[in-house]
Amino acid sequence: MSAPATTPDLLYSQEEEDLRAAVRDLLADRCDAASVIARTESGEPHDRTLWKSLAEDMGLAGLLVPEERGGQGASHREAAVVLEELGRAVAPVPYLTSAVVATEALLACSGEEADRLLAALASGRTLGVLAVPLHTAPGAAVPTARVEAGALHGAFTGVADAQVADVLLVPGEDGALYAVDTTAGGVTVDPRVSFDLTRPVAAVTLDGAAARKVAGGAPEAVARALRAGAGLLASEQLGVAEQVLTETVGYLKERKQFNRQVGGFQAIKHRLARIWLDVVNLRAVARAAADALATGSEDAPTAVAVAQVFASRVAVHATEEAVQLHGGIGMTWEHPTHLHLKRAKVDSLAYGTAGRHKERLAELVDLRAPLA
Amino acid sequence: MTDANDLRRRTRELLAAHPPATTDRKAFLEARFDAGLAWVHFPEGLGGLGLPRTLQSVVEAELAAAGAPDNDPRRIGIGLGMAAPTILQYGTEEQKRRFLRPLWLGEEVWCQLFSEPGAGSDLAALGTRAVKDGDTWVVNGQKVWTSSAHLARWAILIARTDPDVPKHRGITYFVCDMTDPGVEVRPLRQITGEAEFNEVFLSDVRIPDAHRLGEVGDGWRVAQTTLNNERVAIGGSPIPREGGMIGKVAATWRDRPDLRTHDLHQRLLDLWVEAEAARLTGARLRQQLVAGQPGPEGAGMKLSFARLNQQISGLEVELLGEEGLLYEDWTMVRPEQVNFTGRDAGYRYLRSKGNSIEGGTSEVLLNIVAERVLGLPAEPRTDKDVAWKDLAR
Ligand SMILES: Cc1cc2nc3c(=O)[nH]c(=O)nc-3n(C[C@H](O)[C@H](O)[C@H](O)COP(=O)(O)OP(=O)(O)OC[C@H]3O[C@@H](n4cnc5c(N)ncnc54)[C@H](O)[C@@H]3O)c2cc1C
Repeated sequence: MSAPATTPDLLYSQEEEDLRAAVRDLLADRCDAASVIARTESGEPHDRTLWKSLAEDMGLAGLLVPEERGGQGASHREAAVVLEELGRAVAPVPYLTSAVVATEALLACSGEEADRLLAALASGRTLGVLAVPLHTAPGAAVPTARVEAGALHGAFTGVADAQVADVLLVPGEDGALYAVDTTAGGVTVDPRVSFDLTRPVAAVTLDGAAARKVAGGAPEAVARALRAGAGLLASEQLGVAEQVLTETVGYLKERKQFNRQVGGFQAIKHRLARIWLDVVNLRAVARAAADALATGSEDAPTAVAVAQVFASRVAVHATEEAVQLHGGIGMTWEHPTHLHLKRAKVDSLAYGTAGRHKERLAELVDLRAPLA
Repeated sequence: MTDANDLRRRTRELLAAHPPATTDRKAFLEARFDAGLAWVHFPEGLGGLGLPRTLQSVVEAELAAAGAPDNDPRRIGIGLGMAAPTILQYGTEEQKRRFLRPLWLGEEVWCQLFSEPGAGSDLAALGTRAVKDGDTWVVNGQKVWTSSAHLARWAILIARTDPDVPKHRGITYFVCDMTDPGVEVRPLRQITGEAEFNEVFLSDVRIPDAHRLGEVGDGWRVAQTTLNNERVAIGGSPIPREGGMIGKVAATWRDRPDLRTHDLHQRLLDLWVEAEAARLTGARLRQQLVAGQPGPEGAGMKLSFARLNQQISGLEVELLGEEGLLYEDWTMVRPEQVNFTGRDAGYRYLRSKGNSIEGGTSEVLLNIVAERVLGLPAEPRTDKDVAWKDLAR
């Protein structure tokens, strides 16, 4: 069994706390629940103005990109803090897909096209997504495009945030990674009715779409991208769970039935205390995963698998409890809890279910399945 | 960092002056205590150097690397974890000098005379009486579930000194001499077969007033120090991955492919992840303490470990199949030390049932988290302003 040589840094630095405060301020101002709900029913599910503030004004799209490649030269630790806050607000921006997953795929590549795209994504002015289904686990096989005379053919479903992407990163059947502009001829992006309307998925069809080769080694780049996505997703799940806990505790301190605050009934207190304990544990595993990715630790695959197995249960459970403990209001479209519930549920599929990550973990820590 | 380097230097000096290989265990421990390396957060002259508690790990690492003997902490857990911090905070200079050194050296074992048949979770309702007679107190009553009472030289004891005021206010905290002729210790056999804990009957036990800790009537506040230390109990050094019970079952899983089933595999992986999460939470708590930003996470650690120990050991009994039908030994013994992970899986399964009862039940801890951390309303209290003698019992 591999064991981490040193204990990861599980705290938040002062800079990380400052970053959190800045993002939280912006979201409090510009991403209230009512407007997120209203936007889910509009023709424009993504908030491009908010994205511009986060990415272009605050420079957050380039956190993972070294300065010499056009980014901020920060790390997964800072990106994780941003995702905690975005999760809390269920912000409809393509941060995870573009600034983490697509960016991480490009970080695995070198060459002119990779550098150009990386700088473009880091600036936030270009949005990129990896053309693989959102529920793909790191290391799993992905659909590839047929390559014919420099043009791509193929169908890709479940691609998150494709609707707002300027560029698609597409694995080719030849093992190379290609870039396709969504405005190019032969590209169709068909938005699907999505369970999580704040991170909608689309079906992408390429029918002789003009493509630029980014680099060889697509399988490795994709695996690396999905691993970073899975690891940092845990921080988003932490934000989701923490927010619904705060909201629910606040509501149940106010809400009175039987001439008492409902939050004073012991059955309720114990349920909330257990969620709190889950959130405390989730913070430790999410920080461990972010730190392992940031430091390039050998333990990163294990830390990521642990984080995903743990985070999916906690976020789903916390949001389900939140709906129940709000009573009838929790069932209404108007109340924000369903945004968190839907996000948590889809997050439990995103970048591999807990079950997929357990299979991987079984190999990593040598707790093998029964012999056939 | 200078503190850490300085400590490392002091520890090496101790090791050079008293090489563990050639030094008698007792002499080594005495030298260690007198060098202030016993518990570095204690004051100078009392086994410490007045340093942050977290620096203890520096000393422990050096000593472990040199193969130095320890003070067998499992034998004296109540003294180290509960009596010592309370004596340090509330004891007189004389009490500190008298009690702390033999306590740490393991020459004198301590036990905790708190719980009574009628006062467990509601500890403040206790009825053991202490009545002043000149310079001494005369104590009568019954205590129960007293771990290590059969080995103990001293006890920390709380007793009622004023029945006419509400329950929290009429309690006083004492150090009780377990060799007093009025102390009778009877073993209480537990579900593991052995008798780790006891019933203790106190009949006209005489305690000098000089063995009172804190003010008369202030015993509840003093007891909070004891109980908080019991619940936090985070060690000086980080636990490695698979430290604790999960390591035992993981080893069995690896060694015995014949025992594996798909159902157990999924459950094992879930528990492995939860144990790792709890371990990381403990590590994070320790990092917060080092950074001087203690969080409320400590309250949750005991809840996690109780549940995990129970589920992991339960899974292990199931995994063992035919061996799970057996038990190592039901002989009634009075053990010398508490060892949660020792012995076989069946023992671990049974012993860990106590983890959610001892030191505050999990239900009570959930109340504490809900009220103190989440700020939810307190449980209804009908006894707050009622004199202890008028309470229902
Ligand atoms: C192995 C072991 C070692 C021990 N060692 C010592 C020792 O050395 N010294 C010592 O003084 N004591 C010791 N104890 C005693 C221990 O502290 C008590 O058993 C414990 O505090 C519970 O008290 P009780 O047994 O009276 O249970 P009770 O308080 O009667 O509880 C019964 C049940 O009711 C629940 N309950 C009680 N109050 C509430 C509430 N307000 N809300 C919800 N549920 C509630 C409890 O959680 C429990 O499930 C030991 C216990 C064990 C099991």
